[in-house]
Amino acid sequence: MPAESEERAGDGGVETQEQRGASSVATNGDHLVELYKEMVFIRVFEEACSRGFKKGKVGGYMHVYIGQEAIATGFLDAYREGDRIITAYRDHPHVLLLGSDPKAVMAELYGKGTGMVKGKGGSMHLFDVEKGFMGGYGIVGGHIPLGVGMAYALRYEETDHIVQTYLGDGSMSIGYFHEAVNLAGLWGKDGMCPCLFILENNQYGMGTSVERTTAMTDLVRKFDAYGVENEKVDGMDLEAVLEVAHRAAERVRETGKPYAVEALTYRTVPHGAADFLEKYRTKDEINKWRKRDPIGLLEHKLLENGLLDQDAVEEIRNETKQTMSEVTRFAEESDEPPLEELYTDVYAGEDEYMGEK
Amino acid sequence: MPEMTYRQALKTAMAEEMERDESVLLMGEDIGVYGGTHLITDGLIDRFGPKRVIDTPIAEGGFTGAAIGMAMLGLKPIVEMMTWSFSFLASDQIIQTAAKVRYFSGGQVEVPLVVRGPNGGGVQLSAQHTHSMENLYGHFPGLKVVSPVTPADVKGMMLTAIRDPNPVVFLEAGALYGTKGEVPDGDGGVPFGKARVAREGTDVSLISYGRQVNLCLRVADRLEEEDGVSAEVIDVRSIRPLDEDTIVESVKKTHRAVAVQEQWRLFGVASETASIIQEKAFDYLDAPVIRVSGAEVPAPYARNLEVAAFPNEQQVANAARRTLYMEEK
Repeated sequence: MPAESEERAGDGGVETQEQRGASSVATNGDHLVELYKEMVFIRVFEEACSRGFKKGKVGGYMHVYIGQEAIATGFLDAYREGDRIITAYRDHPHVLLLGSDPKAVMAELYGKGTGMVKGKGGSMHLFDVEKGFMGGYGIVGGHIPLGVGMAYALRYEETDHIVQTYLGDGSMSIGYFHEAVNLAGLWGKDGMCPCLFILENNQYGMGTSVERTTAMTDLVRKFDAYGVENEKVDGMDLEAVLEVAHRAAERVRETGKPYAVEALTYRTVPHGAADFLEKYRTKDEINKWRKRDPIGLLEHKLLENGLLDQDAVEEIRNETKQTMSEVTRFAEESDEPPLEELYTDVYAGEDEYMGEK
Repeated sequence: MPEMTYRQALKTAMAEEMERDESVLLMGEDIGVYGGTHLITDGLIDRFGPKRVIDTPIAEGGFTGAAIGMAMLGLKPIVEMMTWSFSFLASDQIIQTAAKVRYFSGGQVEVPLVVRGPNGGGVQLSAQHTHSMENLYGHFPGLKVVSPVTPADVKGMMLTAIRDPNPVVFLEAGALYGTKGEVPDGDGGVPFGKARVAREGTDVSLISYGRQVNLCLRVADRLEEEDGVSAEVIDVRSIRPLDEDTIVESVKKTHRAVAVQEQWRLFGVASETASIIQEKAFDYLDAPVIRVSGAEVPAPYARNLEVAAFPNEQQVANAARRTLYMEEK
């Protein structure tokens, strides 16, 4: 593995392990092992649904989180009941990490009636409101104002809950980002916007690199323009993410002011399950980032510190794969939604459907 | 029954419901300190405070999206579009999120949102500030769309809109904010999906909504006076859901229909009306249904041009005469 300092040279401003000091493998080893298992789980889930996509069992668009696992895992570790989570369409891990039933998630991808949203949304529109997950959305940037409004509502109701609003680098050029973050900064002046923005910078909006979309590539600084304080973190390093996540979440909870964290990461797989990643980036680049795979980095650390041994690693993987084959089997064997379901949930209230049948 | 203006009726409905329900709040450009571009919300910031009467930056997409987020957590925001023409910037949120999120969440969320503001023309605002949005928003399942014309309906339909658990597009007749009418006291709502027979008649049905209803009423008077024709005027007032029964019943009685809309001719509510009539009352018709619509131009500025761009009495009266095979005047 290359030295960390070398790998971090390009993303200026990321704190080093030494500077952070406080969080260490030794002090929260068991917890790290738990989080490692979660990261493996969401990785194996994404691999399983990718196979489903290739077999034609998952339709439409599907976007997986492979390579980015440390971010959602770290930030959702700071989730407290009553908080709300909202993201775009790369949404499988967020809902899984909140404890939703993976069978319901997989069944949704398979377009089944047992799916999380009854087969009406698919991969891009997972929802589990009871668990605080307010949705995956398909219009880049379109969900950012929703997260800001939800944060306002949480303070309006005088709670101390917060919203974690996840967004990608690709959403930072659209007007929604600027309008929503401006509102957040404004409402935050009165302590009315407990919104934590988590910028998952995987460096590509589909196939277009950040450098090819903006002259101001130090992305998190765009939050400065709207009075929203911010920092960066190495999105491949779970411990680093954890430290920032807990600190930032508490700060937002206490102040009611928004805060933004840019987590630098890399999607080591295509944007959507159907694109050709080597058209817009080199094998060398992909291989370089694969060496900084967040699960690999954590695994190495846990092995080095004796919190896991090779057998335990194997066992975790095997168990997860076994669980996932049950999950996949459930999705495959579930029935398609009944046709009557076409006409439900259009409207709330008595008349769910207003058209002719 | 007290008499009040369209403007006062709107404000009364919102303020009374805000008194009753703390989850109701207002958002929009210049609605607070300034009192609203059209003074609909004048004084409400003093009464309810800035947390409930939120002055927003000029960012329709952003603040409409934020209102949807609030609504998804149980608040009942009423968003003002300074004019519906600006809602093109918010239409992505209204259509792509508000209208659909209940469905694509498998029924897990509700969006009790009202978006309101002046719709249509008549006050020389020219091309970029003059549009009629009923067919655009009326197209999308998941939205409710209403277009009241009397102060009584404005109050009653606003109360219904606020209490509805779905997103409501509330299209006000901006040119009529100063017009007066009797408005009942109390907190009774006017239901959606029920057309109003604004004037009973036997010979021809004039079917419209919004500002054009008043035009149709004037035409009905004129037809009676000049031609001895008894015209029935139907105020559709709810675009989605649309009360097909009242339209069909009227045509079954009169056997003739003219559908009037301020917006452009193709793909409009008048086209929809004509279509419903031919599907459900074909055998009752004694003449083709005629649409009277706006001229196929962006809204012009000059007074005379603007008047000429929208349906006028003579056009509607002549359309009615054509359905009766009478000579045009």
